[in-house]
Amino acid sequence: MSVAPTPGAPATGAPKKTSWTTRTREVAVENLPPEKLLPDSQPVYVASWIYVFGVASIASLIVIIASGSILALKGPAWWHYTGIGLFFNSTHLWAVELFFFVMVVHLWGKYWMAAWRGGRKRVWVTGAITFIVAIPCALTGYVSQQNFDSQWISTQAKDGLNSMGIGAFFNVTNFGQMYSYHVLLLPLAVVGLVTAHILLVRRHGVVPPFELDTARAGDAARAGDAARAGAASQSSPPERTPAPSGVERPSSAADGAPRS
Amino acid sequence: MSRDDTKPWGGAYAPYDLVKELCIAVGVIALLAVLLTVLFSSPDDKPSTVAQWSRTMPVDFVTTATAELEGTSTTAAYGPPYNHNGEGQHIAFVELQKWLGVSHPINTANDYVIDPLRSVPGNPALQSAISTYRAAPAKTQKEWTENYSKALEKATVGPNGAVIVPAGSYGPVPVMMNGLLALAQSGGLDGALLTSSQFYQTDYTKPLLFMADGGLLAARAEEQHLLGDQWGMMNETGSYPGQVWLWLYTLWYQVEPFKASANADALVMVVMGVLSLLFICVPLLPGVRSIPRWIPIYKLIWREQYRAEQSGA
Amino acid sequence: MSSVGTAVLGAVFNLNHPAHVVHWHFFQMSVSNILVIGLMLVVFALAIALPFPGAARRRESRS
Repeated sequence: MSVAPTPGAPATGAPKKTSWTTRTREVAVENLPPEKLLPDSQPVYVASWIYVFGVASIASLIVIIASGSILALKGPAWWHYTGIGLFFNSTHLWAVELFFFVMVVHLWGKYWMAAWRGGRKRVWVTGAITFIVAIPCALTGYVSQQNFDSQWISTQAKDGLNSMGIGAFFNVTNFGQMYSYHVLLLPLAVVGLVTAHILLVRRHGVVPPFELDTARAGDAARAGDAARAGAASQSSPPERTPAPSGVERPSSAADGAPRS
Repeated sequence: MSRDDTKPWGGAYAPYDLVKELCIAVGVIALLAVLLTVLFSSPDDKPSTVAQWSRTMPVDFVTTATAELEGTSTTAAYGPPYNHNGEGQHIAFVELQKWLGVSHPINTANDYVIDPLRSVPGNPALQSAISTYRAAPAKTQKEWTENYSKALEKATVGPNGAVIVPAGSYGPVPVMMNGLLALAQSGGLDGALLTSSQFYQTDYTKPLLFMADGGLLAARAEEQHLLGDQWGMMNETGSYPGQVWLWLYTLWYQVEPFKASANADALVMVVMGVLSLLFICVPLLPGVRSIPRWIPIYKLIWREQYRAEQSGA
Repeated sequence: MSSVGTAVLGAVFNLNHPAHVVHWHFFQMSVSNILVIGLMLVVFALAIALPFPGAARRRESRS
């Protein structure tokens, strides 16, 4: 007797090997199972204030987008003639200053930690490109102010862009075009890059510390190898310091071979 | 090639609430942004208009307009993307500015002088002057505008606001220029330059380039330390912090060979393009990627972990 | 900027005057920008130097 399928339930019968939905889901879950996407624990070496500058960058971006959305709701002229408009414009500008401030401190921290190690090159690359894309995003904002600053910045910046032929299709003195880039296109690019950056960090984990010396590195490597060999023979997860009760161990994929 | 011997972490984990951390971060940053807003607000220097320019600096306005008519202004001789009157900048044989072509055509004589003047009603003397100018051979036009430009160096402003120059052979140019000055001072030129092709317009290229050819924007910029040789790219109007992240872009313009080069912009853009690529590729750069090992700031960052490992070992 | 806006939500400090600039050879920078860069360096140093909370919890996780 046939039964009406429950919405959301897996399709009855074996899903087709070619189902794009199944494949997308499987790839996503394999790379980022929920406990890796949102872990409730971090390695014990995450023990420095330098680590908060990444999340501070995200927080700044959220405040930029929130204040920017208010400005977008009321249109580009609003902030020039109302006090509340000026308030949100100011918040937007200071959030941008904070964004670049914390992002650069985050960059300095990640450089001195050589955070690209262990298969994390793409984390560095997406972060670097985010910084670079944020610059024209800010530029399009500056030339969208519709005040003297915009007049000066646009008539100056055009020369650099024209010299490379970019001015032929990206005209900083065209307010309509610059406003569209600033409110939609470039924020989408920044948010997309930041999302990729964060997902890569979640996938590969926060970079471990440098080994202090080769001797200790050798000991640690041998201990790690022995633990993994022992675990493999018992068909159980690798032996390691048990987490306090209530702390879920992230998926073992975090400890697998680093993937670039 | 230095080996990346970073092993996957096989050590301990401790509870860490990422979502709470994000919420706290958003709260702190929002509070900081609001605090800075309350303390300092943000700058909003009013934009200049062609009307203001023509009223406060009439001789500069007329000098610029003459250069536009003559084809010797910065915009007139710029080249792509505005016209074909200049070669543009290049790096060796790579001439991207030229190759990408004229995408925003501006004929300075027509767009800034002739067409706006043609729209002025009820002034037959002005229309006759324009016709006389257009009918004259190119050599004569050039003679008139060159003489007039030279005379403007000794110009004065009359009681009725007109620009007065010593007597000379200028043809109909003074009538045209004073007609344009009157149009500008009335505010009509701002509108004419903006909406010349359509009613709804968001492209301010024409009026902006016209003003930039003159001295008003640069005079205001110099007051606010925004000029190129004042490292202006990094600065904001007033005493507000500016775009600190542009420090390296602006630094190149202050040193040779960029400073005196006709291709300074192209050179700086290429240098910064290369440096940006290198920045993206830091993990691949021998030496640069090893500096964090050689200068062990990491020992401070991870000191708690190292201490624990040493006491454990 | 409306005068109403200034009255209601005016800034505590008025920064709308030309910047003070530091000159040194060919180097020129506004005092505000120097302050920002200086603050970044100080914050970076403090971020590395200051102890991060939760040391006891991490010690417990290691044992």
